[in-house]
Amino acid sequence: MTDNIHDWLNAHGDYLYRFALARLKDPHQAEDAVQETMLAAIKSNTFEGDSAVRTWLTGILKHKMIDLQRKQLREQPVSDLVDLDNTDTSMDDFFDQSGHWLERPLAMNMPDDTLAQKQFLSILDDCINRLPAKLKVIFMLRDVQETENEIICKELNITPTNAWVMLYRARMGLRKCLELNWT
Amino acid sequence: MLNCKQASKLVSQSLDRPLSWTERWQLKLHLFICNACRRFAKQLKLLAAAIHLRTKIMENDQDIKLSPVVKTRILQASNKSN
Repeated sequence: MTDNIHDWLNAHGDYLYRFALARLKDPHQAEDAVQETMLAAIKSNTFEGDSAVRTWLTGILKHKMIDLQRKQLREQPVSDLVDLDNTDTSMDDFFDQSGHWLERPLAMNMPDDTLAQKQFLSILDDCINRLPAKLKVIFMLRDVQETENEIICKELNITPTNAWVMLYRARMGLRKCLELNWT
Repeated sequence: MLNCKQASKLVSQSLDRPLSWTERWQLKLHLFICNACRRFAKQLKLLAAAIHLRTKIMENDQDIKLSPVVKTRILQASNKSN
């Protein structure tokens, strides 16, 4: 078994790390996710040899990533998690009393050349990092990892309505941040 | 008639749940007459496209490697747990 893990690490370790890093952003969390994946893999007997090892390991990794993010969210102060009612004051930055845009959204396009795209993506990264912690977690789960909403609600113990409100806030904040820093 | 706040909320929720027939109809009507909300909808599409591109680029970036220190750590941890 130790031979296995050695081989797996050499053949798939970098790939799994890139996969996790692209979806978690935090290098330490991505490293932990790979470690827990490997430890779970050697303990598990579910690998039959007919599915590709990489696909099998990636499947385990996806679960481990959700586990890690759920833990991360539990470490948030409670006060940070309770303001999820529908008073919706956080949208006051964007709309007036009658629900009209305070500042109308600008036209934005993906740049064509690779270098400009890289700059755009690095601004996006900064914007994601500046989201409030709980919004960042749910945004990463939903829009980056493309986790089913049902699973997110179950794992984070929130209602679908809460999830939709949080995602709306996260996306609203991100597109504003991109407007401010890109256009 | 939806206002922009309600319309933008539906645009976002359409990414997370199927909208009802009435909601779809109301949103369509609003987007038809409201340039600002059409731009908002386009911005969310851009955001999704950018996220996809970001994931693709990182996943294929051969320069990103698991550090040898972490590999050793994982091997040690696996020995312990065996």
